[in-house]
Amino acid sequence: MNRKTRNLVLALIASLGLGAAGAPLAQTVSSVRGVDVSAPEPAPGNFRQLPDSPPIPRDYVQQPPLVPHKVEGYEVTVNFNKCMDCHSWTRYLEAGATKVSLTHFKDRDGGELSNISPRRYFCLQCHVPQTDARPLVENTFRPATGVR
Amino acid sequence: MSDDNKKSLWQKLRALGLGTIAVAFTAGIIFWGGFNTVMEWTNTEQFCISCHEMRDNVYEEYRNTIHYQNRTGVRAICSDCHVPREWVPKMIRKIQATRELYGKVMGTIDTPEKFEAHRLRLAENEWRRMRANNSQECRNCHSFEYFDYSVQGRRSNQAHQSGLAEGKTCIDCHKGIAHSLPPIEQDIGLERPAVTPDVFHPPSTQQ
Ligand code: HEC
Ligand code: HEC
Ligand code: HEC
Ligand code: HEC
Ligand code: HEC
Ligand code: HEC
Repeated sequence: MNRKTRNLVLALIASLGLGAAGAPLAQTVSSVRGVDVSAPEPAPGNFRQLPDSPPIPRDYVQQPPLVPHKVEGYEVTVNFNKCMDCHSWTRYLEAGATKVSLTHFKDRDGGELSNISPRRYFCLQCHVPQTDARPLVENTFRPATGVR
Repeated sequence: MSDDNKKSLWQKLRALGLGTIAVAFTAGIIFWGGFNTVMEWTNTEQFCISCHEMRDNVYEEYRNTIHYQNRTGVRAICSDCHVPREWVPKMIRKIQATRELYGKVMGTIDTPEKFEAHRLRLAENEWRRMRANNSQECRNCHSFEYFDYSVQGRRSNQAHQSGLAEGKTCIDCHKGIAHSLPPIEQDIGLERPAVTPDVFHPPSTQQ
């Protein structure tokens, strides 16, 4: 057995050993979902919508800002977009709201439109309202320095 | 003798008079009661949704809103918002509503498509009516004099204090409170017949 082959064999054994040690580790990770994927979903907690607040600080660059107010019953259909009734450039002053950024006027090819682009029509796809639910896992996330 | 006759005649007359009054009185009660019963019956939710035109469209939409179901169970039904409580305006509205019977017979809105096509006109009628009476129906239940601004949301609080002071009325800001809206002009997408901005957000009456 030359040196090269021996090293290779050792590496193989080491990696196999690690793999065997890793297997039980993987099993201790418990799902935050609470139940097996095939089981019926547990009922959502009785979370309450947080009361209307001033804008919530952002955590990272390019984050869609969180919605700091209730949105229950807000109509967003082909006939009417309630969000734009307060957040559009023509209405934001009267409503005292943040106006939508111009990035929302771009179509997917980068072309500029004269108002909100179809791919930004459904605001709640990206902007989410907040409830009093606790974070599912502890974390040590720190906001980007520029937006702290 | 003649004295007796006179008396009995008088008595007869009086008996008759009393009888007539009594009959007229009972008839009056029955008629008035019946009239009121009809008026009350035509104010029930059951009555309004007995027409599928009302049930399949506006009622279905209203079922997802706060006035149908909420934490405390205090509700607003169709007539609370659409039929004035005061006698004269109520009668006027009831008589106007005979147009709905005509519409029912002619089938003006008997399919969802036709309903959508007419919603703009119907909604504008209702907005005009509510604006003209300073949203009386809303104010029957909500007295803005008793709004507790310390518990209202940030946005409500600000909008109410400035808006109401400017002479705006509930319907100026709360369109679509119970049903889906007709097309509203927001300069998004293709042009189409739609409610114009000055109708949707009417300028305040006081300057
Ligand atoms: C009645 C007017 C109104 C409507 C309708 C409305 N908003 Fe707002 N929104 C506001 C106001 C006012 C603020 C600013 C918060 C404050 O200062 O109270 C705000 C803040 C926000 C913010 C945070 C902006 C920032 O700078 O951080 C987001 C995101 C937002 N709204 C999204 C939405 C979405 C999505 C909808 C539709 C589902 C919606 N809003 C409907 C009035 C409105
Ligand atoms: C595809 C995801 C997406 C959708 C859909 C979307 N947004 Fe945004 N929005 C973002 C992101 C990302 C940002 C932050 C970066 C930026 O300004 O573009 C943002 C920023 C904003 C801001 C803050 C602007 C500022 O000046 O800071 C407002 C207000 C806003 N969006 C409102 C809306 C409204 C109203 C709608 C619906 C008509 C909407 N957004 C739809 C992703 C989205
Ligand atoms: C006989 C069936 C029928 C019943 C019962 C009925 N509606 Fe209607 N309603 C209609 C039709 C049809 C129209 C459309 C009339 C038109 O084309 O102008 C209509 C229109 C309306 C409108 C639009 C108003 C306008 O001025 O254009 C309102 C509001 C309304 N109905 C409320 C009610 C309420 C509240 C009740 C119960 C008190 C009720 N309806 C019961 C058939 C009905
Ligand atoms: C029969 C009484 C009644 C009438 C009439 C009525 N409301 Fe209400 N409304 C209520 C009650 C009760 C609630 C509160 C339900 C709760 O929060 O438990 C409510 C809640 C509301 C809310 C709060 C919605 C939310 O999501 O928190 C608004 C806005 C509102 N009404 C506007 C109106 C307008 C505008 C009108 C007139 C078109 C009107 N109401 C007519 C009884 C009424
Ligand atoms: C200048 C516009 C404006 C006028 C006028 C107005 N509102 Fe409001 N109202 C708002 C806004 C904005 C909100 C908060 C956003 C939302 O709930 O969608 C609100 C919220 C409410 C709420 C919920 C309050 C809360 O914080 O839970 C009620 C109830 C209400 N309005 C009733 C009325 C009644 C009744 C009238 C007529 C006396 C009226 N509003 C007139 C703009 C207005
Ligand atoms: C909280 C008050 C309220 C209640 C309760 C309510 N409506 Fe309405 N309704 C309105 C307002 C305000 C409009 C004017 C259009 C709009 O803003 O959506 C309207 C409009 C309508 C229209 C015209 C078509 C349209 O969509 O604009 C019809 C028809 C109607 N309502 C029928 C009903 C019936 C039937 C019920 C009971 C199942 C009912 N409404 C309950 C407030 C109410």
